[in-house]
Amino acid sequence: MNEPAIRDIWVYLSASPLLGLTITLVAYGLAYRLYLKSNSSPLANPVVTSVAMLIALLMVTGTSYSEYFEGGQFVHFLLGPATVALAVPLYQQFSRLRQIWLPVTISLLCGVVIAAGSSIGLAWLLGGSTEIQMSLAPKSATAPVAMGISETIGGIPSLTAVLVVATGIVGAVLGTKLFEWMRITDDSVKGIAMGVAAHGIGTARAFQVSSQMGAFSGLAMALSAFATALIVPWLVDLIGI
Amino acid sequence: MNFLNGMTLLLVYQLVGEVTVRLLAVPIPGPVLGMVMLFLTLMIRGRTPAPLENASTALLSHLSLLFVPAGVGMMAHFDRIADEWLPITLALFFSTIITMVATAGIMQVTTRWFSRHENGGGQADE
Repeated sequence: MNEPAIRDIWVYLSASPLLGLTITLVAYGLAYRLYLKSNSSPLANPVVTSVAMLIALLMVTGTSYSEYFEGGQFVHFLLGPATVALAVPLYQQFSRLRQIWLPVTISLLCGVVIAAGSSIGLAWLLGGSTEIQMSLAPKSATAPVAMGISETIGGIPSLTAVLVVATGIVGAVLGTKLFEWMRITDDSVKGIAMGVAAHGIGTARAFQVSSQMGAFSGLAMALSAFATALIVPWLVDLIGI
Repeated sequence: MNFLNGMTLLLVYQLVGEVTVRLLAVPIPGPVLGMVMLFLTLMIRGRTPAPLENASTALLSHLSLLFVPAGVGMMAHFDRIADEWLPITLALFFSTIITMVATAGIMQVTTRWFSRHENGGGQADE
């Protein structure tokens, strides 16, 4: 083995976005295969396994998050256009939405207020700092939206991004069990609840249950992103933090 | 070209959204405004162009991949999370469950209520 050559290659790679981007895609590919192997068990959620693999790899190689993010940002950036893209399923489900717009609007508004209110309230009860409460408040909205809100209300946007991902995972893993326990069979009800509580990660899970549940979850995620952006800063003002 | 055109369209809407949000100082994230504007455009045009449909299906079908770099960001916040792990984990866990159960419950009750209302003013039996 030629040690200096390997070190040179490492110096080159750690300075270039190529490595961060590639390991993100490879880790996700492996995690996704593992997920399929487990018969789509929600416990083998590909986000959890790929994040765990990447953190382990970065810690073993002594790579910092900012070095990794040089490459990871290209994937992260796509959350913006993906948010815009939600207009398409929203438009395609519009006729179905129009029939049930009133229940959807009521559940959505209540859901958004409950999501923010319960996370601020619980964090406050358990002695969390204001910064933590504000970082938790928008956690049920999709990442780019939640980060924007977190910044506006005095949270830590990058911590919010992590909490958003964790929220999505909790929702995706537990959602179907909760609905079973509540004896809910209507895919539109399940989809709306999934999208409001667990945004994109929940929506990805909903699409695996049925395409109708996925469409409704996507719809709820898009609408609640919008509602969260409007309601949460105002709610925080109201509570007076 | 198809995918590229669709992707370009999404980015143009995001860009217009970001610029508008900053110009008008509205408290909505740019991509959300972009989404609303694209939705209104689709409503006016009355159909989804194929390139746009391709690009959005491609992005949305790998939605969970897009959250991975943000999730890895956990390692940059280990200290903070270690300091306040109890309020963070419990509030996050229970608030997510409360939100999901409450939203599903409200949606279930209101859907039934309004469909019954339409089908004859609350006369229908369970």
